[in-house]
Amino acid sequence: MKRNNVLTGIALLATGPSATLLGNSSELVLRYGGPSWPPVLVGALIGLLVCLSMVVAKRAVGASSAYAAVAGLLGKAFSRKTLSVRYYRDNPPRFDYSVVFLISIVTGSFLSAWSSGEINAAWLPAFWVDMFGGDSAGLRIAWAFLGGVLLSFGARMAGGCTSGHGISGALQLSAASWIALACFFIGGVLTAKLLYPFSS
Amino acid sequence: MSTAKALKAVLFGIAFGFLLQKGGVAEFHILIGALLLEDFTVMKIMLSAVVVGMVGITILRHLGWAELSIEKLQPARNIVGGLIFGAGFAFSAYCPGTGAAALGQLNGDSLFMVLGMLVGSYCFALLSGRIQKWIPITEQKPVRLAGSRGRSEVIPVLVVATSLCTAIALLPG
Repeated sequence: MKRNNVLTGIALLATGPSATLLGNSSELVLRYGGPSWPPVLVGALIGLLVCLSMVVAKRAVGASSAYAAVAGLLGKAFSRKTLSVRYYRDNPPRFDYSVVFLISIVTGSFLSAWSSGEINAAWLPAFWVDMFGGDSAGLRIAWAFLGGVLLSFGARMAGGCTSGHGISGALQLSAASWIALACFFIGGVLTAKLLYPFSS
Repeated sequence: MSTAKALKAVLFGIAFGFLLQKGGVAEFHILIGALLLEDFTVMKIMLSAVVVGMVGITILRHLGWAELSIEKLQPARNIVGGLIFGAGFAFSAYCPGTGAAALGQLNGDSLFMVLGMLVGSYCFALLSGRIQKWIPITEQKPVRLAGSRGRSEVIPVLVVATSLCTAIALLPG
């Protein structure tokens, strides 16, 4: 009897954390599909990837500065003045490591989606259509574009994005990154609650 | 850029994009679900990356294999920029890295987010002289929430790692 209780206890202790590791059953995931690998596994591998990158490439992982480099390269082709603005004087736009890294993210994601049959090839996400209707493509395009403008402007102001500050900086215990990360989510949650008509 | 450097960028980029897609964070509903506090996949991925990376980099640095690379503390810019970034995150649903992953998954809407990213970066660069007057970059140094040697580093690392593991275990879903 007693031994059975102990075994049940151990079983319960084991299922708690493993449910956290494996289970993911938010309403949204149940309705629209969840990640193909457990989030904690993916996170741990990303943590290892950042470590490996800091040893091998001598740099942390970040995505946003590459967009500024590409914008600068395009701008340079149209206007010589591009190179005289403060930001591009301090950060001359080049087809550098960060740009190759960003393009490779697209490739890596394509390979992953292709390997697990998750290529979306749709203009509108299913969850968006359920909230705003199938004829709301114009609104989605406008929000996606405006969001991109605000994201890159904010990232350049804050010195990084969700990967540069939120992961790479935070894991090095950078004070700037923890402040920025908190503000990403404060700004994001407040705005999202205003924009999206959804509650479970 | 040397071939070796380009090759590293390709390999790390592909690995990062692959993991983002496998983690489901190239999906609109998972990302907006995070900001609506309805789905915690994003938080679980980020927090577990921070725990593993933090412990890893602490060890690697003590072995002399890696050096820190962190941004200078600019509180005003970190806060204002962070809040603007957050608003943009809510509008587009994608962030700079996951937007690239969404493009790889062929989410059509991410194309417009990427165009917006280029326009926004360029606008920031054009205004960067003026922004320096509004919110100047002050000559501050990188600041860490931990010391750089011995106990002053190990104790904060252990405290943060324990707290984040607890947070991951308590997150619903």
